[in-house]
Amino acid sequence: MLDIRGLHKVYEGSGRRVEAVRDLTFTVSAGELVCLVGPSGCGKTTLLKCMGGLLTPTAGEVLLSGKPVSGPPPGMAFVFQEYGRSLFPWMRVGQNVELPLKQKNLTKARRKELVADALESVGLADAAGAYPWQLSGGMQQRVAIARALAYEPQVLLMDEPFAAVDAQTRADLEDLVRGLWRERGITILFVTHDIDEAVYLGERVIVLSASPTVVQEQLKVDLPDERDQLHTRVAPRFAELRTHVYEQIQAAKRGIPQDAVTKSNTPPLH
Amino acid sequence: MRGSNTALGAAGLAVFLALGEAVPRLGLVKEAYFPPTSRIASALWDEVTTDGFWSALGDTLTGWAVGLAIAVCAGVVVGVTVSIVPYLRETTASTIEFLRPIPSVALIPLAVLLYGAELKSVLILVVYASFWQVLVQTLYGVQDVDPVAEETARSYGLGTWARVRHVLWPTALPYVMTGVRLAAAVALILAITAELIIGAPGLGQEIAVAQTSQAVPEMYALIVVTGVLGLLINVGARTVERRALAWHQSVRGEVAV
Amino acid sequence: MIGRLLLRLLFVLALPVVLVALWWAASDGNTDPFWPPLRTILRTFPDVWTVDRLRTDVVPSVLRLLSGYATAAVVGMALGTVIGSYRGVRAVCEPVLEFLRAVPPPVLIPVIMLFAGIGDTMKIVVIASGCVWPILLNTVEGVRAVDSVMLETARSYGVKGPARLRHLVLPSASPQIFAGLRQALSIGIILMVISEMFAASNGIGFTVVQFQRSFAIPDMWTGILVLGLLGFLLSVVFQLVERRVLGWYHGLRASTRRS
Repeated sequence: MLDIRGLHKVYEGSGRRVEAVRDLTFTVSAGELVCLVGPSGCGKTTLLKCMGGLLTPTAGEVLLSGKPVSGPPPGMAFVFQEYGRSLFPWMRVGQNVELPLKQKNLTKARRKELVADALESVGLADAAGAYPWQLSGGMQQRVAIARALAYEPQVLLMDEPFAAVDAQTRADLEDLVRGLWRERGITILFVTHDIDEAVYLGERVIVLSASPTVVQEQLKVDLPDERDQLHTRVAPRFAELRTHVYEQIQAAKRGIPQDAVTKSNTPPLH
Repeated sequence: MRGSNTALGAAGLAVFLALGEAVPRLGLVKEAYFPPTSRIASALWDEVTTDGFWSALGDTLTGWAVGLAIAVCAGVVVGVTVSIVPYLRETTASTIEFLRPIPSVALIPLAVLLYGAELKSVLILVVYASFWQVLVQTLYGVQDVDPVAEETARSYGLGTWARVRHVLWPTALPYVMTGVRLAAAVALILAITAELIIGAPGLGQEIAVAQTSQAVPEMYALIVVTGVLGLLINVGARTVERRALAWHQSVRGEVAV
Repeated sequence: MIGRLLLRLLFVLALPVVLVALWWAASDGNTDPFWPPLRTILRTFPDVWTVDRLRTDVVPSVLRLLSGYATAAVVGMALGTVIGSYRGVRAVCEPVLEFLRAVPPPVLIPVIMLFAGIGDTMKIVVIASGCVWPILLNTVEGVRAVDSVMLETARSYGVKGPARLRHLVLPSASPQIFAGLRQALSIGIILMVISEMFAASNGIGFTVVQFQRSFAIPDMWTGILVLGLLGFLLSVVFQLVERRVLGWYHGLRASTRRS
C-alpha cells in the first residue's frame, strides 16, 4: 500500500545544510496500523510530511498503491499535532469536517451523510454546530480525526496527534483510534515519541534512529487484537515489548546501529 | 535574505520612479497634469534652496509637534485618571464612544471663526484628532493590568501613587506607545489638512498656493516632501515603540479599536 | 436584575446629560456671536436640516463616501491579497507602498482635481485613494500571517485555488482587514468633508463652510452637530457589521484569555 524507498531529505537554507533523513526504506501493507517511534528531533515529522506530499524528498520516493507521491494525494488524510491550529476557528465543527469534501465531486446529501457519520463515530454527533474553540483540546482533536475519516482516505497519517492532550483524554483517544482502525480497515501510520503509546496501538513498531534518520529496527507487536487500557498495559508481554523498544531508542540516541536494520524481528519470548 | 529584500525593494522603487518618468514622456497622461520624475526632482531642488520652503516645513513641524505633545499629555493624564478613579470609567464610556468618531475636520469652520489662519487653528484640529488615539490606547493598556500584580501590590501596602508608578504605568506603556505612533501619523494628516484648507502657514498652504498658481511640478515636489515627512514619522515612531516594547515580556498585536 | 439594568442606564446617560445641561446653562444668554446659546442652535436645527436639505446635501455626501470607500475596499483587499501571497512581489512593492501610505491623503485633492475636475468623480477618487492604503497594507499583513499549520492542512486535503482563498486566507486575514477598514472609515469621512470644503456645489462640508463664510453661526453649529452625528452613526454601523463578521474572532480571543 505504502512504499518508502531510499528516502533522503536535506534542508538547505542560508549557508546551513541539515540532513534530517538519511536513508529510509520500509513498507506499510494495506489495512495495517504501524507506529513510528524515535528519539525527539529525529525527523519523524519530516518523514511524515514527505509521505503526505507536503515536502519533496531530496532523493528516494514514496509510492502509494504503486504510484509515486508528488503532491498531497487524494487518498491520504493528515491529522496534525496542533489541533488548535489545524481546525479553522471561523468555521463551525460541521463546516470544518465538510470543507475537504467540497473539493471532491460529491452531492450535498452525500457530504452531509459523511459528516454526520464521521462525527458520530468520534462521539461528537451533537457538536456539529459549535465552534472548535468552544470545545476542549481532546474534543478538538476528535473533530480533526472526524475530518480525516469523512475524507474516506485509504491511508491516515497521524503526526503525534495526542502529544498536547492530558493523560486521561489521551487514553480515550488511543482507544478511539484502535476502534476506528478495526471498524473501518484503514491503513494508519501513527507517529509518536511515546513508547507505551506505540506498543499499545501498533501492529508493528518501526524504531527510528537519531537524526540523520535511518530505520533502527522493525518490530512486530504480537499482542492480541482485543486491547484495553487496563489489561494490556499490565500484561507481561507488553512490558517486554516496551522494554525492548526503550533499549532500542536508548541505543539509537547513543548512535549504535542495529545489525538487522530492515528485517522484521520480534524479541524472543522468555 | 534581508539583503536580497533590500535589493528587490530598491528595484521596485527604481521601477516606480522610471514609470513616473516614462508615462508622461510617452504621452500616456498630459505632462501638464503629471510631470515626469526628473521635472519633479528639479522642482524639488529649486524648492529646498529657498528659505520659504524651510520656514514652511518648520511651521508644519511646529504645529505637528506641539499638537502631538498636548494630545499625548492630555490623553495619558485623562486615561490614567479615568481608570483609577472608581466609577469614572463606566460613566465616561458612552461619552467617549460618542465623541471619538466625530470627524475633527467638522471643527474647521469653528477654528476659522475663532482664530483665523493662526497656529491655534491647526492645534485645535491636531489635538482633537490625536487625543482620542492616545486616550483609547491608554485605557486598553490600563485594562490589561494583571489583577494578580495589582493584588500583590495592594497586599504589600503600596499606595495609589506607587501602584500607578510601579504596576499600572509599566503595563500600560507599550499601549501608550502604540497610541503615540498612531497619533503621530494622524497629527501630520490634520496639520497639513488645516494648512491646506484654512491657509495656516506651512507645507499644506504652499501646496494650495502652487495649485492656484498652476505650478504643477512644484506642487508634486511639495507632496513628495509631505510623503517623506510622513515616512520619517512612521519609521521613527515605530522605532521608539519597539524600544518601549523590548523589555515587555509579550509582544502583543495592535489592539483593534 | 432590573436594578443592575437601571444602574447601567445611569452610567450610560449620566455624563452626557450633565454635559449637555452644562453646555445649555453656560451658553444660555451668551452674547458672544461665536458661541450661540444651545437653545438657539437646537431651535435653528429643524429649520436648517429640512428633508429638502437632506436630499440635496446629506445624501450626495454619504453616497460619495460610500462609493469611494467601497472602491477602496475592493481594490485594497484584491491588491493586498496578491501582494501578501507572493514574497517576491511584496519585497518589490514594500518601499513604494510605505511611501504612498505616508503621503497625507488630503494633499491628493489638488492632484486629483487636475485630472478629474471638481465633480463627484474627483471626490470619489479622493476618498478612494485615501482609504485604500490602510486596507491594502493591513490585508498584506493579514494574508502574510496565515498560520502555517492551517496552510498545510488545506494543502493536504486538496483545498486550493478559490476555495483556499475563500475558506482559509481571507477569513484568517479578516481581523487585520477589519482593523484597516476601520482606519479607512475615519480617513474617508475626513476626505469627504474637506474635498467638499475645497471645491463643491453641494454636500455637508460645502454647506457648513457656506454658513461660516456668511456668518450664519447657529446654522454652522448645526452643521458641526450633523457631521458629528454622521461620524457616530457610521461608526455604530461599522461596529455592528464587524461584530457579526468577526463573531468567531471575539469568541476565540475570549476563550484563549480565559484559559
